[in-house]
This record gives sequence, C-alpha cells and structure tokens, in this order.
Amino acid sequence: MTYVDCLRAAITALKANLLRSILTSLGIIIGISSVIAMVAIGSGAETRVKESIESLGSNIMIVLNGSRTTGGARGGTGSNVTLTEDDAQALQRDIPSVEVAAPAVQGRFQLVFGNTNWSTSVQGITEEYMIARNWHIDQGRTFSEVEYRSAGKVVLIGSTVAERLFPGEDPIGKVIRINKVPVQVVGTLATKGQTPFGQDQDDVAFIPLTTAKKRVLGGRWVKSNLVGSITVKVREADSVADAEKQVTDLLRQRHRIPEGGQDDFNIRNISQFLAARAESTRVMGILLASVAAISLIVGGIGIMNIMLVSVTERTREIGLRMALGARRRDILTQFVVEAITLSLLGGLIGVALGIGGSHLIAQTGDWPVLIEAQAIMMAVGFSAAVGVFFGFYPARKASKLDPIDALRYE
Amino acid sequence: MTTPLIRTETLSKTYHIGGGDVRALVDLSIEIAKGEMVAIMGPSGSGKSTCMNLLGCLDTPSAGNYWLAGEDVSQLDSDALAHIRNEKVGFVFQQFNLLARATALDNVELPLTYGRVPRRLRHQKAEKALAAVGLADRMDHRPSQLSGGQMQRVAIARAIVNNPHVLMADEPTGALDSRTGAEIMALFQRLNAEGITVIVVTHDEHVAAHARRILRFRDGRLVADEAVAAPVRAAEAVAAAAGAVEAPGAASAPLGGPLVPEAV
Ligand SMILES: Nc1ncnc2c1ncn2[C@@H]1O[C@H](COP(=O)(O)OP(=O)(O)O)[C@@H](O)[C@H]1O
Ligand SMILES: [Mg+2]
Repeated sequence: MTYVDCLRAAITALKANLLRSILTSLGIIIGISSVIAMVAIGSGAETRVKESIESLGSNIMIVLNGSRTTGGARGGTGSNVTLTEDDAQALQRDIPSVEVAAPAVQGRFQLVFGNTNWSTSVQGITEEYMIARNWHIDQGRTFSEVEYRSAGKVVLIGSTVAERLFPGEDPIGKVIRINKVPVQVVGTLATKGQTPFGQDQDDVAFIPLTTAKKRVLGGRWVKSNLVGSITVKVREADSVADAEKQVTDLLRQRHRIPEGGQDDFNIRNISQFLAARAESTRVMGILLASVAAISLIVGGIGIMNIMLVSVTERTREIGLRMALGARRRDILTQFVVEAITLSLLGGLIGVALGIGGSHLIAQTGDWPVLIEAQAIMMAVGFSAAVGVFFGFYPARKASKLDPIDALRYE
Repeated sequence: MTTPLIRTETLSKTYHIGGGDVRALVDLSIEIAKGEMVAIMGPSGSGKSTCMNLLGCLDTPSAGNYWLAGEDVSQLDSDALAHIRNEKVGFVFQQFNLLARATALDNVELPLTYGRVPRRLRHQKAEKALAAVGLADRMDHRPSQLSGGQMQRVAIARAIVNNPHVLMADEPTGALDSRTGAEIMALFQRLNAEGITVIVVTHDEHVAAHARRILRFRDGRLVADEAVAAPVRAAEAVAAAAGAVEAPGAASAPLGGPLVPEAV
C-alpha cells in the first residue's frame, strides 16, 4: 500500500467520523493556535522593543540630577540640581570610553503658532546631544555654531510637533512662541518612533542650551552653569557597565561626595532594561514551551485514545485487509498515517486560527504581532510528531492482530 | 496430471485453550487439482473453516505440510503469507466483509493496493472484475446501496480481481436467501468453468451439491472424499425461477449470460 493509498484511506476513515475527528483534534487545535498567537504577540513585542532600543541607542546612559531631602520629604529625581556643564566636559575629556557627554536642560512648554498650540517637551541642547542621541535633520538645517553659543532664537521640531502645529504646511522658517519667546523653526527632526516605554520620541522641540537657559527657563538658570541632565554616549567597542562605573567615580569626585556618601545623581541606561527584557523573554519562552507541551501531550493522548477506539471498532476491517494481502507493516503505516493526518489536521486548523487570532489582537488591541514562518513550521512539525508518537501504539496494536481472530471479531 | 494446485500431508491444527487441546484439524492429506470445484462439508465445529484458513494461508498449521502451487507454504512468515494471500488466493466470506465507506469499485481495488498495482491499472482490473460478476452499473455504489446478493458479488469480484489460483468461500450463501444463493453458486460455477479453482465451505448439502467433489469433515477429520456425478447446475435453477415469477431482468440477467451491463 503506498502512502497515497494510506492517506486516502485515512481521509475516508476520518470523514466517516467527522465530528469525532474534529473533537479529537481540538486539543491540538487549541494548543497550536494559542502557541502561534502567543509567539506572534511575543515576537511582535520583541521587534517593537528592539526597534525602539535601536532608536534610543544601547550604548547610551543618561545622568540625571539626584533628589533633595528637605525635612524628611524626598523631592524625587532632579529636585537637587548639581550637574553642571563642566561635569559634562570633564566626562567627555577625562574618560576615554566616553565618546560624547551632552549637557541638556528640559521642560514642558506650550508651543504656539498663530492660534494653534501644542504642549511638548522642550530640550535645551548642545551639538553633542545631536550626536549622542543620534538625531538627524529631516528638513531644513541644524543650529549653527553661533546660534549654539549666543542663544539664537531658533528651534528644531520633532515630526509629531510639526504635524500638530503645521498640519499640511511647511514649518521651515515659521516663527513659534515657546513660553512667549519667539523662535524660528530652522529644521525638522527625522522620525524616531516610540521608546521601549511607549513614549513618542518625536514629540519634542530642541533649542540651543543657551537659549533655553537665558530666554525660556530664565530665573536661576540664566547665569548658572547647572544642567538638567548629561547624556553620555559610550564608544561602540567599550562596555557600558565599565563606563558607568567611571562616570560615577568621576562625578562623585567632582561633587566631593565622601566615601560611603550617597550619589547626588542618577544614572539610567538601556542595559538594565535589556537585562530585564532578556529575562522576560526567557520567562515568556518557558511559558510558551510549557503551554505548547501540555496541550500537545493532552491532544496527543486524545488522539491515542480515539485511535485505540478506532482500531477496536475496525478489527474486522483490519482482518479483512490482512486476508486480502496487507502485511503487518501496511496496517501499521495505515494507522500511523491516520493518526498523523488527524494531528496534522489539528495543527493546520490551529495555525489558521492562531494567525486569525493574532490579526484580531493586532487590530483590536493595537498591539504589534509578527507571525514567523519558523513558528508555523515548528507547529506543523510538532503536531505531525505528536501523531507519530501517540499513533504508534494503537497502530502497532492493530498490526499485531491475528487475521482470523480479527475477521471473526463481532 | 502435473503438480496439484493444493497438496497437504498430515496437515493439523490444534488449539490450546484452558487445560485441554482442541484438535480443529487432524492429519489432513489431500490433493486438489487446478480447475476443480470442491465443497468442504460437515456439521458446525467440524473444522471446515480451520481447513479453509490453512489452505488460504490465513493461518499456519500446528503440524504437517502444505504445498500451494508446488511451493511449501507451511513455514512461511506472516509477510510471505500476506503476499501469497494477495496474489494466489481470493476469499469470499459469509458476511461479505466489504468496507462500508468505500464504493464497490474501491472495495474491489483493495487487494490491488496491497499488490502495489498502479492506480490506472487497478481501475481497469477492478472494472473488469465487477463487469464479470454483472455489476458494471453498480461501481460507484456503496455497500449500503446494494442488495445482499450484489454485495456478495462485489466480494467475489474483489476475490477474483488479482487472478488468484484459488477462490475460497466460507459459507458464501449463508447470509442470503435461497434464490440469491443460487445466483451466487451459478456465478461460482461460471468462474470455475472459466478456469478458476473454487473451494466452497458449507454445511448445506444442497450448496455442496453444486461442486464436483465433496470433502466431508467430522471432528476435524476428513471422513469422505466423494465425486459428484451430476452437480446441480445453478444457472438453470435461476433461469427457471426467473421464468416462473417473471422477475425483473436485473436480478438474473447477467448470470451465465453475456458480460454486458444490465439494462434497467
Ligand atoms: N481460535 C480458536 N481457538 C480455539 N478453538 C478454536 C478456534 N477456532 C476454532 N476452534 C475450534 O476448532 C473447531 C473447528 O472450528 P471451525 O473450523 O471453525 O469449524 P466449522 O467451520 O466447521 O464450524 C471447533 O471446535 C472450534 O471450537
Ligand atoms: Mg465455519
């Protein structure tokens, strides 16, 4: 009997008990479809995170001001401003693995253009910041040396801000007001998308650090050397962790923090996030594998059960086939093929449902999903393997029947 | 005569159940020549089926030897026996044993699938066999859409599709009324006339009377080996009955007649 004949016989047999076949495959269907959906969601999240990490830069750390404690009430990050432009210069100059250290100040302001307005994060930056955070100009130009140095009334806006303030218009050359200070849009920033934390990175406006301090923030910032943050870019080849240690040491020394004293700054970097992500990916992987394994085992037992029933029901048929010349291995093949067909059918329906389900999740939940061919192939392969594994015993039982006893079976 | 188609020497089958032995077949030594039509007779439990199963290579003897077409088949393994059943033996059972889900054509093709006959050739052979039993117009019918006699004819087509040396039928008319039984016997007689060796197991004297030789069994032993001087000619009985009751052509026309599809 050829495999094609076996397949035909299997399909006939499965069609004869269609409902039973479908119910039997249900375990596999549910298992495979949920695995496909979970993998799709997982890989979708993975790619989104990966993309946004790339846009953020994995070799970046951000030094923020520490917190001030007044009378037991702790003020939170940035409440104790101690970082200075000189700190930034020192970091860049004295630590070899630091490529750039970019001082910046930031605040939320209402941007006004004509009668439209938009609240956004305004960053006062230096040229280094553009390098450190890998910002590029989309249209127009970046700030000139002079503008950086002498508080030029210019602004670079992110694509979100451009869309909000200048829908359908060319923003270049337009004058907007930030905290009542008129500044001219000289360029727009190339789109970056979201951060791993879901923040829109394009909802920003950049002005020179000097402009921010003197004209926009005002007050204590005007004459001071203080900054809100220092973005440090570590050289590609060097370890971020090592650099972080050196940055910490240098800042502690510069801020004259005694041995054992608390840092008056905070360092954030992506590698911590990466580690957490690796861990969650691992947990997710284990979870997925166990869901898949359990459902496939349960599904497989279901198939084995129904194949045993089927062998008993069709004892006479088996006897007849033997009388007509079927060898033991023909019977074995026939029933194994039947079990594989059953589980593969479940697998394929499961894949289809899984893909459908993922798309539904993608649409309704606005959650990125990514269906990988590899996952589908694995699912199909595993369901076939389940058929072989759990179908073998019943098939072997069938093939061991004595033809005469089988023919006489009532 | 040349080598007999079937030769056995002290062929025996003993079943061990519980404490005692059941000697289902005891020291059978017979020869059956090619082209014979033999009836195996005897009361229930006399060892007829056991004998047929051994001769048909469905079972292996406890003792003795068996040569089928000159080949000693008494000690072959199950694969080799399967091969012999597939090529050299055609079985017909009391309960027809057709696959319920398969069409008549698919049922008849079944032995050919185990003989690895290519698909196209299978169809041709199966169609020919069905035509030979007068069911050319029932090829796509399932067993449930056929009468008992038609089902048994499908089973006979399945038995002869591979041109076996010998056709073995165990109580082939046991589940049929006497008239349909006569039709089946007529078909066996015609196939025998065309050269196929036929062995019919029956407990019914009238059925046995269609053969040219009767082997009588009692308690597992061959007790008589008789030649039948004038076998009943089933085709005549069928024709007579058809004439008497003015039966529709479908029931009897193909038997013994030309191998053309029945006109309904
Ligand atoms: N598988 C078996 N196990 C035990 N005894 C059996 C078996 N098959 C047949 N027999 C016994 O062998 C004897 C002959 O049986 P069988 O050949 O079927 O008789 P018949 O076909 O003439 O009615 C009976 O006594 C029966 O009980
Ligand atoms: Mg019997």
